[in-house]
Amino acid sequence: MPDRPIKVLIAKPGLDGHDRGAKVLARGLRDEGFEVIYTGIRQTPEMIVSAAVEEDVDVVGLSILSGAHLTLLPRITGLMRDQGMTDVLVTAGGIIPDEDVPVLREAGVAAVFGPGTSIGQVADYLRANARPRGT
Amino acid sequence: MTSPAVTLAGAARTGDRRALGRLLTEIEARTSTGRAALADMYPSAGSAHLVGVTGPPGSGKSTLVAALASRVRKQGRTVAVLAIDPSSPITGGAILGDRVRMQAHAGDAGVFIRSMAARGHAGGLALATLDAATVLDACGFDMVVIETVGTGQGEVAIASLAATTVVVQPPGLGDEVQALKAGLLEVADIVVVTKADVPGADQAAGALRAMLTVGAQHDRMAGDRPRPTRPEVLLVSAVEGTGVAELLAAIDRRAPGAAGDRRDAARFRDQALVRAETQLLGLVEERVRTRMQSGEARSRLNVEAQAVAAHEADPHAAADRLLDLLMGKNGE
Repeated sequence: MPDRPIKVLIAKPGLDGHDRGAKVLARGLRDEGFEVIYTGIRQTPEMIVSAAVEEDVDVVGLSILSGAHLTLLPRITGLMRDQGMTDVLVTAGGIIPDEDVPVLREAGVAAVFGPGTSIGQVADYLRANARPRGT
Repeated sequence: MTSPAVTLAGAARTGDRRALGRLLTEIEARTSTGRAALADMYPSAGSAHLVGVTGPPGSGKSTLVAALASRVRKQGRTVAVLAIDPSSPITGGAILGDRVRMQAHAGDAGVFIRSMAARGHAGGLALATLDAATVLDACGFDMVVIETVGTGQGEVAIASLAATTVVVQPPGLGDEVQALKAGLLEVADIVVVTKADVPGADQAAGALRAMLTVGAQHDRMAGDRPRPTRPEVLLVSAVEGTGVAELLAAIDRRAPGAAGDRRDAARFRDQALVRAETQLLGLVEERVRTRMQSGEARSRLNVEAQAVAAHEADPHAAADRLLDLLMGKNGE
């Protein structure tokens, strides 16, 4: 089934409650034909990975504006590696300084989308890089 | 013979949550792996209590399911949830947001939650919902809760699928006349008035109780005439935690083998038969649709559609011709 929609988990790790960006992206990706699972704010890395496992998502999109990205995101990618989820694409969005991007990439975050990124850009990136499965 | 399907099914059954997640994807995508796994697992399914939860958008279904799951876990039993949300008829995309209310169960091996997009299927369920429930059943979950898309008055498909149907009605949606209408409320085994902490909930429950019992004294005299169910009406506040234990008790009273009397056993046999028949009809319909989309059938469908759109052929005759083609009666 090559036409199966790409499944994306949009999650907000940590303590910031600023979920407008996550919600706008979720809605935008819906309009781009993605199936988007939204789990809400204040999620622990364990909650996010547990949801990703149960939902068998193709992409985990992490929205974070608290500044704790260097702590939380590597913890999430680490837990995913422990689960053998190396074929799941992990992306991040939010307020993330340029100098932190290489650190996150090293930790397994494939792409970081900063302010000003359009929904179309994110959708195109996910279509090009999410694993094709379920065939 | 260890095909990938059997390996996946075996891993899922021994508690490998990744395997179970992946298997449900195969089931949803209607792949040959999914089908083979289902065939392998079907004989060991049938002992879970399938509970359907339906009701209007925003009525509190997800919150209620989360509260119910907590209660089930407190008693040491396991529960799986299938939460269905609508797909866009325009883009095929979907927002699956039911997990937001259920995240407290993350990390508990006795709870498995899976969101499903309806993917164009009508009636508040996804095409693969029953197959997914069968897989969870075969994996040993004691209860499988199916939360439908937000529904209104007529989406009764869940009742032919679930052993127990819970219809959620929030307060403030309408007067007694709404409770008189045919449809969803008629197939409820249990009606839950949610948000019991909100003013007006008592009155809503009272009105539902009064109207749903109209004519109940004639049920015994009705003989073989079909009668609507006579559901219990319960008040629940998931926020305050009141009424959840009563709801679980009401659900458990309807569990397979709960009462153990003969009438009960007969009811479950009838239900299983209805469920199987509904499922088979649905699968036949799915196969007809799939076959119509390829090869000669596809091009004949185009031709007939053009003729019907131009009012040159009548739709019923055209449909008969297409069906004849599929069944090999070409008439040529």
